[in-house]
Amino acid sequence: MSSRYEQAKTRAAWLFLTPALVLLGVFFLLPVVGGILLSLTDFDLYAVADFDAARFVGLANYAQLLQDGSFWRALTNTLQFVVIGGPLSVLVSLGAAMLLDHKAARLRGVLRTVYFAPVVTTLVSVAIVWRYLYHPKYGLLNHLLGLVGIGPIDWLGDARFAMPAIILLAVWKNFGYNMLIFLAGLQTIPAERYEAAAIDGAGAWQRFRHVTVPGLAPTALFVGVTTMIGFFQLFAEPYVMTQGGPLGATRSLVLLMYEEGFRWWRMGVSSAVAVLLLVITLVFTLLQLRLRRSET
Amino acid sequence: MRRAARSTGRRLLPGALLVLACAGCDGGRRDATTLRFWAMGREGEMVQELVRGFEAEHPGILVDVQQIPWTAAHEKLLTAFVGRATPDLAQLGNTWVAEFAALRALEPLDGRVAASATVDPADHFAGIWDTNVIDGVLYGIPWYVDTRVLFYRSDLLAAAGYPEPPVTWNSWRAAMTALSRGGADPRYGTLLPVNEWAQPVILGLQAGSPLLAEHETAGAFAQPEFHRAFTFYVDLFRDGLAPPVSNNEVANLYQEFGRGTFAMYITGPWNIGEFRRRLPPELQGSWRTAPLPAPDDRAAADPGAPGVSLAGGSSLVVFGTSEHRDAAWQLVEYLARPAQQQRFFEMTGNLPAHRAAWDNPALGGDPYAAAFRRQLEYVVATPKIPEWEQIANQVWVRGEQAIRGASTVDRALADLDADVARILAKRRWLLARQQEQTP
Amino acid sequence: MSRRWQAVAVNAALIAGALLTLMPLAWMTAASFMQPGEANTLPPPLLPAEPTLGNYVTLFTRLDMLRNFLNSAVVSVLATVLSVVVVSLAGYAFAKLPFPGHERLFRALASALVVPAQVGMLPLFLLLRELGLVNTYGGVLVPYLASIFGIFLVRQYALSVPDELLDAARVDGASELQVFRLVAVPIIKPILVTLAAFTFLSAWNDFMWPLIVLADSSLYTLPVALAGLAGEHVQDTELMMAGSLLTILPALAVFLVFQRSYVQGITAGGVKG
Repeated sequence: MSSRYEQAKTRAAWLFLTPALVLLGVFFLLPVVGGILLSLTDFDLYAVADFDAARFVGLANYAQLLQDGSFWRALTNTLQFVVIGGPLSVLVSLGAAMLLDHKAARLRGVLRTVYFAPVVTTLVSVAIVWRYLYHPKYGLLNHLLGLVGIGPIDWLGDARFAMPAIILLAVWKNFGYNMLIFLAGLQTIPAERYEAAAIDGAGAWQRFRHVTVPGLAPTALFVGVTTMIGFFQLFAEPYVMTQGGPLGATRSLVLLMYEEGFRWWRMGVSSAVAVLLLVITLVFTLLQLRLRRSET
Repeated sequence: MRRAARSTGRRLLPGALLVLACAGCDGGRRDATTLRFWAMGREGEMVQELVRGFEAEHPGILVDVQQIPWTAAHEKLLTAFVGRATPDLAQLGNTWVAEFAALRALEPLDGRVAASATVDPADHFAGIWDTNVIDGVLYGIPWYVDTRVLFYRSDLLAAAGYPEPPVTWNSWRAAMTALSRGGADPRYGTLLPVNEWAQPVILGLQAGSPLLAEHETAGAFAQPEFHRAFTFYVDLFRDGLAPPVSNNEVANLYQEFGRGTFAMYITGPWNIGEFRRRLPPELQGSWRTAPLPAPDDRAAADPGAPGVSLAGGSSLVVFGTSEHRDAAWQLVEYLARPAQQQRFFEMTGNLPAHRAAWDNPALGGDPYAAAFRRQLEYVVATPKIPEWEQIANQVWVRGEQAIRGASTVDRALADLDADVARILAKRRWLLARQQEQTP
Repeated sequence: MSRRWQAVAVNAALIAGALLTLMPLAWMTAASFMQPGEANTLPPPLLPAEPTLGNYVTLFTRLDMLRNFLNSAVVSVLATVLSVVVVSLAGYAFAKLPFPGHERLFRALASALVVPAQVGMLPLFLLLRELGLVNTYGGVLVPYLASIFGIFLVRQYALSVPDELLDAARVDGASELQVFRLVAVPIIKPILVTLAAFTFLSAWNDFMWPLIVLADSSLYTLPVALAGLAGEHVQDTELMMAGSLLTILPALAVFLVFQRSYVQGITAGGVKG
């Protein structure tokens, strides 16, 4: 192709990219930079009414957050959700995928759709549904547990159970997604390897241990870390089910950021929470990159 | 040919999108003024009927009522303020008036009231009217008044040996003790949702707490008055007399009240209508309302006076940025008329702010409203500072910690004062700056 | 023998899992047809004693949920159409129109994927306020319009478009836009369908941003309206279940129709990384 075509192509490339780049620049990049700057000020409602009431405060918002019990509470809540909920959801996904992938499994297509259905449901709706399922007196869950003699649990009212209850909902809602990825991963493991292992006299557990696990390990690591990064976004479940309670046991970082920013309009503090969330996400992403590098 | 067909298709697409987009536009006539009016929760639902009468009287004005959920109302109002999307007029909880006045979001109404033939301060309860006056300027007109009283199951109380509702803290507590029992199907004396600030604040006001100190730049929660009330409040939960639940954990409080899971409930006038509607007919003769009990020493000092309650209610405000302030004011005047107040009461059970509306037999003779009328003579306003809503929120947050045993009474109150100091830091700085500028 | 037992065990586990997975959705459906108050009785009823459509009638009359339904539909359809146009152009350009520095630009974009949206939310809100877009459909739409993930998805797929086809069209005198529209789009159509399904579902189900940017109740999308009602109508279990079902149903329907493309999108994004 001649340079005339090349020039036209370059021109077209920029033309095609312009809408996306402008949108991303104005509505994403600019606000992100703005957010970082905002976190260094005490911008609040007074400042919206009168710009002179805003002050540059350096890192004071961060210092305040790091001394504030409610920030640490939100951080540990979020980490609890991420570190327990993430891997738990991945394990359930793996189990479901292996069952579906089993030679003897019937009705695969239907079951796959059923397992996946919660993923596409609206989070707000299912959070409302689960709020009733969790009701200590009339909830279906306690009723079922009662049948096997487990006494009524105040799922959302007891600070010890509220986060586990939200984790349970999140696992139910999300496991179908990773299940699909695992299913695809399982299909990339050549059948010959299983056959070879069987010929060597390996039992089901050993085949799982020595063929499936190594075959899926890269997928599992990737999926695990991506899921955990996604789980840092915990917001709608506590917003709808508990408003962060009881005793702040379900207040996540994003909920804290929302409350500081969009309920009380303490924008400096709220932005500082968001920036700290960015830092934590970066750490997890670097971890993911490190894992992927060691895998190749 | 094909090309033409395709390009029509392309032209149709944006057109169709516009049509879709316009499904959300206001279908108002172009020559008419459309007033955006925000009302909360059930009030928003019911006021739609009232504004039709207004529209009939004012052919040039259409009213677009936006029904904002109460749970999100405060944050939505602030969002609208920051986002320059405030409506023309709104219903505003009267504890929020100070906040929006400080943000200079509201239209001062003194001039309009002076010129008005329908709105006269003398027709209103003084304590409620006063909540709309911030630093001498009037920003809202009371729409309905609201205070908290005791709703109780008269049959259960009588069976427990209390034919009359309790009038002092000690007798109230004794009644709760008689009514409560633990076990698999527990019973409680009083429902006090742990995520509401009104109850602990009312008890504090009853005990004489000023809530804030140092010209409203610091908390007074650790001081003896509030400490006493807070201890009384927290002990009710610790001793199993009140269920430690938030109001979104009570799956159906009307059913539970009907079943006797709790026998008393401190709540507001909107529940008169709800209780009438939702309690089964056989229970309709078995519930009553009463003014709040008072601390025993105060009851002894002033026999017959109930404990104080909140000077609550909702006001109608006009936003300063509205382009239709005159039309908005006309709607405020319309809704403030005794006849409309009367109808609004009949529809919602919200108590009219206009005294004349109380003379009507439907309200004057209403046995449930009588307790409110008496209580309204004993109401106190919460501090009129913009940060009050944030402070109030912390009151229940710290209260819940003490109730659920995550904190002690002393520590919770010290934490609360520390929270308040942080929340008011900006206010202290602004006040100090103001003083520097005006020596 | 053991193989047979294994088959029984596997299928039993699969069916038990399916029942557990469906239980919340089934209960929601059943409760939405119950009489007011019926769901809060003991033992918890699994099926309505006398099924009623009353809750749905209330949703559409007293609560005007049709309005919220239309809002959701408008926002999701607009987001889908606009974002497919913007994203497919950009993804194609990265794959098939190399220019100096395009790889560096692409890497920069990809690295922006790690930034949580929350960092920019407050400034974005303040920006939209200056543009007069707070409390409008436009304000809700803005974050969906250019999805980096979408650009990534389209680019991966578009790499497989043969250059010869594009060049042949160029030689025939087609402009770059025509090359894209007439040659590339038909080939990358599957991924565009996937992208559309993803965008529609995420816009339909999204909560936080519409919650923030919409103030008037007549503009609320279904999730925002529903969350508001959930606070207001805690008592009305059956009504809330009807509202939840109404919100979930269109999302499920779209998924069932586009299942194949949707699933392909997930596995493409997941396995390749």
